[in-house]
Amino acid sequence: MSGNSAGSPLIVGIGNRYRSDDGIGPWVADRLRAAGLNAIEHSGEGAGLIDAWSGHDAVILVDAVQSGSPPGTIHRFDAATTELPKSFFRYSSHLFGVAEAIETARALGRLPTSLVVYGIEGALFAFGDALTPQVQEAGVDVANAITPPTTSRSSARTPE
Amino acid sequence: MTAPELFQENASRTIKVDALARVEGEGALYVRVKDGVVKDIKFRIFEPPRFFEALLRGRMFWDAPDITARICGICPIAYMMGSSHAMEDALGVAVTGPLASLRRLLYCGEWVQSHVLHTYLLHAPDFFGLEDSIQLSKLHPGVVERALQMKKLGNTIMEVVGGRSVHPVNVKVGGFYKAPRKAEVRALIEPLRRAIDDSLKTIALFGGLNFPDYEDDYTFVAMRHPDEYAIERGRIVSNRGLDIALSQFEDHFGEEHVKHSNALHGVAKAGGPYMVGPLARYALNFDQLTDLAKQAAKDAGLPRVVKNPFQSIVVRAVEVLYAFQESLRIAETYEEPDASCVEIVPKAGRGFGCTEAPRGLCYHRYDLDTEGRIQTAMIVPPTSQNQKQIERDLLGVVQRNLCLTDESLKWRCEQAIRNYDPCISCATHFLKLTVERE
Repeated sequence: MSGNSAGSPLIVGIGNRYRSDDGIGPWVADRLRAAGLNAIEHSGEGAGLIDAWSGHDAVILVDAVQSGSPPGTIHRFDAATTELPKSFFRYSSHLFGVAEAIETARALGRLPTSLVVYGIEGALFAFGDALTPQVQEAGVDVANAITPPTTSRSSARTPE
Repeated sequence: MTAPELFQENASRTIKVDALARVEGEGALYVRVKDGVVKDIKFRIFEPPRFFEALLRGRMFWDAPDITARICGICPIAYMMGSSHAMEDALGVAVTGPLASLRRLLYCGEWVQSHVLHTYLLHAPDFFGLEDSIQLSKLHPGVVERALQMKKLGNTIMEVVGGRSVHPVNVKVGGFYKAPRKAEVRALIEPLRRAIDDSLKTIALFGGLNFPDYEDDYTFVAMRHPDEYAIERGRIVSNRGLDIALSQFEDHFGEEHVKHSNALHGVAKAGGPYMVGPLARYALNFDQLTDLAKQAAKDAGLPRVVKNPFQSIVVRAVEVLYAFQESLRIAETYEEPDASCVEIVPKAGRGFGCTEAPRGLCYHRYDLDTEGRIQTAMIVPPTSQNQKQIERDLLGVVQRNLCLTDESLKWRCEQAIRNYDPCISCATHFLKLTVERE
């Protein structure tokens, strides 16, 4: 785990690459790591997640969600100030997942100063490694939103 | 903890638990009560069967550990080890020495991860009268901090030996893809020494909880090994005189379909339900715990054989202490092996593998053709085996607590189910509560 560096948030792509749209978090992390950002993949196991962001002032989580919105809908939460809706993030082992980790860390005073959570509405969570097109497009949008302007200029993508 | 509210009238009633929280997977419980007597209990599993055994047919023997690991995100090592052992049995090879010690170290890491998660974050809130671990964090932050530290060390063991903390990637039939460096394993020593102190505090904390009054004369089934508290090897024994080789498991135990559930129910062919898991291991192998673990159990008020399933939270804490002590012993003596695995030549054969998953005995049997391709596969996870015993416990717990209001009774039933740390994903081949009072 790389340590914290000022101005460089830790990006955590949460999910399982082999459960279709649940893999959107790791997919976004791959893309941002390729752009030179500090991005890691994580299963979403709560205790490990708290440990993963320990020492980082700024953290961005990207995870697939299922709230009933159309596939590809992007939900953005400022989790440092607002409680996360538990019903969005149910893909966890023994129900100690992302929302539980954030609220437990809040109670323990172990939240990063800045914690932004992007939830991308998934459509399909069956076995498989393909993303639904709308979900992948949303992943591109989230990656672009996270990528600082300077990094965008140095990549092959045309800045939007 | 607040006193439960009492049910005011002796009427017939139905209570539903439509979605059980703090267990792995989807299931429900239905209870029908008539004239103050429990007439029917159905423990239903919604999780669809996942047909892992069929998925394995036609695959090569070396695929089994990584495929079966995906049966469970909490206890992948149980599946990786069980399938590896079974393949090695079929192929006529044995993994011994430092590689066997590394396997035990990895398994101890999984016991710590699973038991600490379950006891502190999922089961303990029941005993404190709290909704969940978030409330526990607000009221007792030091307790939850300790849990996170202990669990973190379990994760670290998994990362060092298994390559990563969830769904490890370093296990293979015959050993490991890569043996960990000596310095990495030795770096575990100091944190493990601190964790032993944390484990003792945990046992003392849980030993002081109030346990609902319930006991049963359980048929305990667990593995037993002459040299150690059985985790990853041994014979299968019971407190009714059973002592069999792994290859005899199916002669004595089976699985049956029941209409009300997607999970298979384990049955002892001698009749009646049976229990696997921490209480069974503790009852059958207490003499093989360390002196420190035995003393801590005694100080926490545990009897030599625990018949109150609600005390399983203390037994799990004793097993966490043992797992840390075993990990320390292995880490202190670890030397890098000459090779990370033993050589394997494919051949036809039948193999059996059985280990003590955190929830109990997990059985595997495979048949291979001459190329080492899997012809048949049979996996019996611990939660399936405990299903009938869970129903029997619920019958007893509900009957004894009919004076409680529906809401309090529902709470007590959930607490009773969590005694088993049921892993529904594993068992589906598994929860909601409905109590009908007529």
